[in-house]
This record gives sequence, C-alpha cells and structure tokens, in this order.
Amino acid sequence: EKQKLIEEVHALVTVRDAKHTNFVEFRNFKIVYRRYAGLYFCICVDVNDNNLAYLEAIHNFVEVLNEFFHNVCELDLVFNFYKVYSVVDEMFLAGEIRETSQIKVLKQLTTLTSLE
Amino acid sequence: MPNMRGDAMRGLAVFISDIRNCKSREAELRRINKELTNIRQRFRADKTLDGYQKKKYVCKLLFIFLLGHDIDFGYMEAVNLLSSNKYTEKQIGYLFISVIMNSSSDMKQLIIQNIRNDIQSRNPIFINLALQCVANIGDREMATAFTNDIPRLLVSGDTIDPVKQSAALCLLKLHRTSPESLQLNTEWTARIIHLLNDQHLGVATAAVSLIDALVKRSPDEYKGCVNLAVSRLSRIVTSSYTDFQDYTYYFVPAPWLCVKLLRLLENYPPPEDPSIRSRLNECLDTILNKAQEPLKSKKVQHSNARNAVLFEAINLIIHMDCESSLLVRACNQLGQFLQNRETNLRYLALESMCLLAASEFSHEAVKKHQETVINALKSERDVSVRQRAVDLLYAMCDRSNAEDIVQEMLTYLETADYTIREEMVLKIAILSEKYAVDYKWYLDIMLKLIRIAGDFVSEEVWYRVIQVVVNRADVQSYAAKIAFEALQAPACHENMIKVAGYILGEYGNLIALDPRSTPMVQFELLHTKYHLCSPTTRSLILSTYMKFINLFPEIKMHIQEILRHDSNYRSSDVEIQQRATEYLRLSEICSPTVLATVLEIMPPYPEKQSPLLVRLKQKKPLMEADTSSELSTAPIAQSGDGPKLTDTAMHLHQQQQQNGLLVSLDTTESNGHYETSASSSLPSSLSSSSAALQTNKKFLFKNSDIIFENDILQIGIKGEPKKSVLHVEFYYGNKTNFNLTNLSASISLADELDPELRIHMEPVQTTLDPRAQIKQVGTIECLKDYRDLPKMSLSFFYSNVPQKIDFVLPVYLNKFIEKAEMDSNNYFLRWRNLDKPDQECQKIFPAKFPMSHDVCAQKLEGFGWSNLHNIDVNADNFCGAGIFHTSAQQVGCLYRLEPNKQAKMYRLTIRASKAGVASHLAELLEDQF
Repeated sequence: EKQKLIEEVHALVTVRDAKHTNFVEFRNFKIVYRRYAGLYFCICVDVNDNNLAYLEAIHNFVEVLNEFFHNVCELDLVFNFYKVYSVVDEMFLAGEIRETSQIKVLKQLTTLTSLE
Repeated sequence: MPNMRGDAMRGLAVFISDIRNCKSREAELRRINKELTNIRQRFRADKTLDGYQKKKYVCKLLFIFLLGHDIDFGYMEAVNLLSSNKYTEKQIGYLFISVIMNSSSDMKQLIIQNIRNDIQSRNPIFINLALQCVANIGDREMATAFTNDIPRLLVSGDTIDPVKQSAALCLLKLHRTSPESLQLNTEWTARIIHLLNDQHLGVATAAVSLIDALVKRSPDEYKGCVNLAVSRLSRIVTSSYTDFQDYTYYFVPAPWLCVKLLRLLENYPPPEDPSIRSRLNECLDTILNKAQEPLKSKKVQHSNARNAVLFEAINLIIHMDCESSLLVRACNQLGQFLQNRETNLRYLALESMCLLAASEFSHEAVKKHQETVINALKSERDVSVRQRAVDLLYAMCDRSNAEDIVQEMLTYLETADYTIREEMVLKIAILSEKYAVDYKWYLDIMLKLIRIAGDFVSEEVWYRVIQVVVNRADVQSYAAKIAFEALQAPACHENMIKVAGYILGEYGNLIALDPRSTPMVQFELLHTKYHLCSPTTRSLILSTYMKFINLFPEIKMHIQEILRHDSNYRSSDVEIQQRATEYLRLSEICSPTVLATVLEIMPPYPEKQSPLLVRLKQKKPLMEADTSSELSTAPIAQSGDGPKLTDTAMHLHQQQQQNGLLVSLDTTESNGHYETSASSSLPSSLSSSSAALQTNKKFLFKNSDIIFENDILQIGIKGEPKKSVLHVEFYYGNKTNFNLTNLSASISLADELDPELRIHMEPVQTTLDPRAQIKQVGTIECLKDYRDLPKMSLSFFYSNVPQKIDFVLPVYLNKFIEKAEMDSNNYFLRWRNLDKPDQECQKIFPAKFPMSHDVCAQKLEGFGWSNLHNIDVNADNFCGAGIFHTSAQQVGCLYRLEPNKQAKMYRLTIRASKAGVASHLAELLEDQF
C-alpha cells in the first residue's frame, strides 16, 4: 500500500515542469512539492491548507538539512537516513509544524549528535 | 559532515554501499537475504549482543524495510533498545517502532511501559524521543495510557520549551485518533490558551495547531483564544523583521505562526468586542499594505512567505465577510496576482477569487477580471490552473455575463483537456439553465454542447434537457424543430439521437405541418440512425416510434413493419425484443382512443434540485469553490423565474416514478419484471451513489441478497453461518462499460462494535473490468451480542473520478442463530426457566403484510431458528427455538408468535437466556410480518 502510494505520487509529480505550479491535486488532498536537483520533497496537505506556507516549510527543512550535513547531497540522506528522521521530528510532528527557527533546530541537532 | 564518530555504525554504511553497488534487482535481493540471515542468526545465537550491535542490526533492518521489504523479526531487540540509556540506541529503537510496528503488535504494553519511563524521566532529550514516538504512532492505547501525563507536561511550569512543543503536538495527535479517551481537565483550558502568548515562538507555533483542533471540538470553551490570537498576530505584523531574529524567514517575521493564527481565527465569527475587532482589522490592513511594499529580496522564498500570510489574511477576510473595503482590496490584490509571472500565484489567486465571488460585497469586483480569467483559460500551460479558471468563471457567472461566459466555456470545451471536459459540460449546462432568459438560447447551447462534447455529456445532462423541454410548453415546438435539424447532420452523437428521438416522440406533431418535416420524413430520418445505435438507444427509439403511431396514425403501417422485423421482434437483446413485441401487440389491439390515453404526452416534472448539481458535487466532493458558488446563487434560485432548485434528497426516486409512465404501459402486458430494465432507457437519474443508501432487511430471512446497487455497481452478499462465524462472500458487479479501478472495500466497526465483532476480509482485486463480477471472501465472527451494524465503505475510480460509497452491512444478530429442535415438554420447561424480566420481550404489532400462515413459517425458518409443530395447542400459533452463538457463549432463544386474524395483529414473545438478546431479536422482527 505504501509502495503504491509512493509510486502514484512519483508518477504525478515527476511529469510536471517548471511552468507548472508546485501544487497538485491528489485523491482528496493536495501534494505540495519542491524539486532540488534530482530530489523531490513532497508534503500531502488538505485542499484548503495554505499552499505557500507548506512550500516554504519544505524549503526551510531543506536549508536545515543543508546546514546540518554541510552542503547536503542525496548520498548524505541515504547513508544517514536515521538522522534525517531526527531532523523531521524536530521540525514537523503529528503532521504539523513544530519548530521553524533554523537556529533552534540546528542547536538541538548539534546537541543530539554530540550524545553517545 | 556532522561529527562522524567511531561508533557511526560502519557496518551499516558498508551494507548501504553494497546495496547501492548492486547491478540488478536480483543481486540486491540476494544481498538483502544474506543480511537478513546474518541478522537473524546473530539475534538468535548471541545472547550477549551489546547495545551498539543491536542498534546496528535494528538499523539495518529498518533500511531493508525502507527499501520495500517486509520485516518480521527484530521487534524484541528494538524494544530492548528503548530501555538503553544511550541516546543513539534509544533513538534507533524509537525510530524502528515508529516506522515499522503498527497497532497490532503484542508488545504494545511493553512499549508503552518504556515510553512511560522515558516521559517520567528527568532527561528532556529522552522525554522528547518518547513524545515524538507517541506523536508518530498515536493510537488509542497510547491515548488512554497517557491521558494524564502529556497534558501535565504541557501546562507544567517546570517543562522546558522543546518538550512543551512536542507535548502540544503529541496531544493533538491523540486528540485526532481518539478524542473520547482524551479528557482534558477544564482547569487546563486557560493555561493551554495562554500558550499562544508564550515567549517562545516555537511553543506558540506548536500550541496553535493544538488549540485549533480543540476549538473545533468545543468552540465556546476556547473562545478566549480569539483575543490572545489577535494580540499576538498584531504584535508580529506590526513589528519589524529584525525583532524576531531566528523566527524571521527571508525578512518575514514568523510567517508560519501568522498563518496558523489567522486560520485559528477562521473558526469564529468576527470578534464582537469592538476594540479586538478593530485591532484585527488593523492587522489585516497592515498585511494588505505590506503586499504593496517593494520586495526586500529577489528570492522567491521572500515573496512566498509574505504571500502565504497574505493569502491566509484574505481567507479570513472572506470568512468574516463583513468589511466591504477589505474585501474589495483583497480582490484588487488577487487581480494583480492574476497577471503575475509566478504560476503558483496565478493559481492561488484564481482559487481565492472563487471564494470572493461568493460574497455580495466583492462579487462585482471579481467580475472586472472576467477577461483575464478567460485568457487564463486559453493560455495557461498547467491544467490545474485552467481548472481553477473554469471554477472561477462558474463562480462569477450571473445573469449579466452568463451569455459571454457560457459562450467562452463552450469555445474552450472544444480544445479542453479530457480530464476536465465532463465537469465543464456540467457547469455549462447548469449555468445556461440557471441564467437562461430565453429558453431557445438555452436549447441552442445545450444541443451545441451535446454536439461538441458527445461522450463527455453525462446522462444527467441530456435528461435535464428533456425535463426542461417537457416543463416549458413555450419551447416545445422550437425544441422539435432544432432537434430535427440536429438529426440531419451526417454524423450524430448518440446522445444527440437520444435527445432528438425523445423530443420528436413527444412533440414531433408540432412541426409535422412543415413540408420539410412531415411525419414520414421525421420517421425516416430517425430510422437512418437506428441501426448505428446501442441497444439502449434503440429501445428508446422504439418508444418514440410507438408514440408516432399515436401522433401520426398515417404512418402506423411503416412502424408496425419495423416492429415486426426480425432484428427487433427476434432481437437477441431482450429489452428490444420485448418492446417490439409489446408495442406491436398494443398497436394491433388498441383503439386509437385507448392508444391516445396510454401514449399521452409526458406531464411536467416536479420542480426539484437539478440532478446536475448533484452530479457536480459528486465529482468534486471536496472543492470548496463549488459549494460556495452555489450558496451565492441560492437567492437567484428562489426568485421564481427559471427552474427552481430545491433541495430534496428524495427527488431521484420521485423522478423515477414520474418516468414510469411509459413503463407502466409496458407492464400492463408483461409481468412487472420489466420495470427495472425499462427505466434505464428512459430519462431518470439513478447514478447518485448517496441516494442508494439503504439498509436492506431481506437479508434477515435469506442468506444472500443484493445489498447495494446504483448505476455503476451492484454488490451482493452471501453468508453461510457456522456457529459463531459467518462465512461471507461479497460479489461486486461492474454495470458500466468502463473499468473501475483502485477498488478498495473496508468494513468498519463503530467503537461499541469493536469488542463485539471480529471481521476478516481477504483483499479484493483492485480493478473491476466492464460488466464483470469479482468476489471477495471473508469471515465475520460474533464475539458477543451486538446491536449496531458494521459499515462498509467502498472507494474506487470511475472514469478517473473518485467515488465513495458507504452503506450499512445488514449482518443482523440472527445470522448467528442455529436452529434447535425439541419436544413440547422440553420447550415449556425451558420457557419457564427463562422467567427473569430482562430475559423476555413481548411486542404486539399490526400486520404489515397479508396474514399467510405459510409465509410466516417461511420467514421464521429463514430467520434461523426452528418452527416447531405440535407445541402450541392453537395450530395457528408458531413456536420455535434456536441457539445464538457467540465465541464466548451460547444463548438459548425461544419464541412464540400469535397471529390474531380478526384484529390483524400479531403478538410476538421472545425469551433468551442472556439479558437484552430477546428485546433485540424482537425489534428485528416486529415490522416484518
């Protein structure tokens, strides 16, 4: 089921080009996505949610990743997938935005990395 | 790279590299299997694995899972990691549990205990890990387990900020999964609301999401949040971006918090307190002003963040719908965006404008942008933007611009994307009907619509055309004239033939004096199309011919010849054959006066909500734009001119009866089985899935039944009881000529039912071919006696339109009754033993059906229990017994049913060994005789 979902979203998002919006209707929801080189970051939101706010939430998240991994690339995310989860949990929880300050998130992540 | 220490799990990195280096899918699979064997061995053999090794292996398992493979071991090791006192080990443990383990795990209690230990620890990092896990899984058990701990963490003065943030969202998650088990102490309300004022903006951001959910549950209790939200918002929007340091995002102060505060306010009407209200208006004003300031950065992040706040402010302005100056300013702002370079902004502006069009203050202002919107329709590259443009045109349409808008939409339709054609057709049809001043114009548009859109014209559309014509005597001859002309086109879409055929059958006589359209010409023209049509259409045309016999006796011979023709009279299609036979016979034996009576023209349809609106709603159940635009047009619909749109859910049924006129003619000769098939060839609107909701009681007495049916789908059920387990088979039949895809069926139990029934269904095939039937098998086990019925939800795609059907599954308690035979001594002995008041239930009720002994006996036996003879001295009475099986116990049931033919009443007495069962069974039966 999960794999199918991923495939469907993939098929929906990757065919769109730069002239298209970053929002696409999916089932009874909307996918807000943003492309970084070969990587797509997607968030599924309710149709009446604020599209731009989530679009920028993605970017905020990517900037944190970039800072945390010092110029992040796809490989960092694959090899450190379990750390990416920590970053997600710091910034998003229960499907809502938890923390938006990059400084605060990075400080917390640095603390966590120094722990054994 | 972040500090990569020696313990950064080298083994894991090696494994990931190996996987990435695999050249083929098979090689990858081999590598994974090798690793799984290795890990399994390690876990089994080596009891002395240290924390680091466990962490490493669990992490590998996680990686394998994320690659899409099932993981069925390692759970215990993961749970062990939770009690480690090292952060990295704990983190991997929690991650594994959050990602892989689902609610069915038997280790749930152990996990909950571990989480509790962490939550009660003094280490905020551990508390946070535990809270994040609860927020990620958040099932009912967790809601019950932490109903006190988490709220306490949230409001306690000792809790540090990051923990408060997690606690707030954790609580939100538990509230969503299980609102009933989460009882928030009302003393905490004020303290929760005050989190909006928290110094830490992160805490406020997290809290506002929680408060939003709580407000939706009990708006009055949380009313105090309005004041605080307004003042917080005001402080942010009037400040400079430098005031917020790390919460400023590309020169915009705390954009996400602003958006959330604005959304929170959308839960309430405009504040009553004038000072709060003016403060809020100032905020909104400031946000609109800022949108006019020059950008502080060329980066798109800056404008996006600013506009995120702006769009939310506009949403709130629309929601309050009372400050006309703000509404008009909002509209102008959106108008600017319509011309913006950014596709995102154009899209969002169209979307918001749809809502603005619904407000009487801004409707006119929106109309100024008509031309831009029409341009968008023509030039946008993204279909979803064009879709929004269509929505907006639909929403801004009124009597003054209807002709232009309908014309533009019609033009665009010829080149429109297939995905939006059907919806556009509906919208054009609705608008042209609603705003028609001249119904000739309406008919012109509709026929053109059918010509252009052909296949995309859903049944409702042409049914509606006919309804309008039938109801408006002034356009009937015009309708006949243009229908006739439309038929003259060399290639005619079948939908056009249906409309024209129907109209000529009713009103062909109105143009018969014109030498260009004499009866014979009409008939011959229609007949040139006959052989190209589907059986359904041919059936309809046969009815038209029959009506011609009445309208034009002079061509009766020709028509009888057609009816007699082998291709009709002996058609392989039952429907056609039947019509041909019956119509022919009717034309031979009936006198002209009788014919004139049976074939009288259709009476006007009762006015009701247009089925087109129903259809449109089905197509777009969630798009706000539609509901709002409908609200805006409601006053027009009541104004008296034009067809009235009143909301009656029952109209579908009425309409079917109305349409039964021709049907009843047919059934005079056939046996009535005809009715169902005939209605499909006549205008009727059957396809609303919501209308087909039904609880069927036939299944009470039979082991198979049709439990759901609409135009698209038929669902049958078959049940075979084995003590407390009912083996069920569901049959899904696709009635259409298209694939139904993404089919999924699920049965849900209300909370009370959960401990009472256990349902297991095998997965069902997800695609249903045209006219095909598939089967799904499963079991329903009765754990204890129950009252509510389970609900079945079915979702699927029908020509790319998502459909959802919910209905009640008629699996009544009696399905678990097994019949019991006994002699009269035994019967009375048992009867007397069941003498406690809650073991007996007696009902006296009037007969609903003719009082036949045999039918009663049949029903009682069908119900599941026995029908014992020679027990009651009065042979008219019925007695019997059964055993109601649940997996926990067996409940003996006895009954006695006494008909009173003089009074046309029954008395039913049931006794059962378990309290409550007798009354439930009696309720099931009381209206069935």
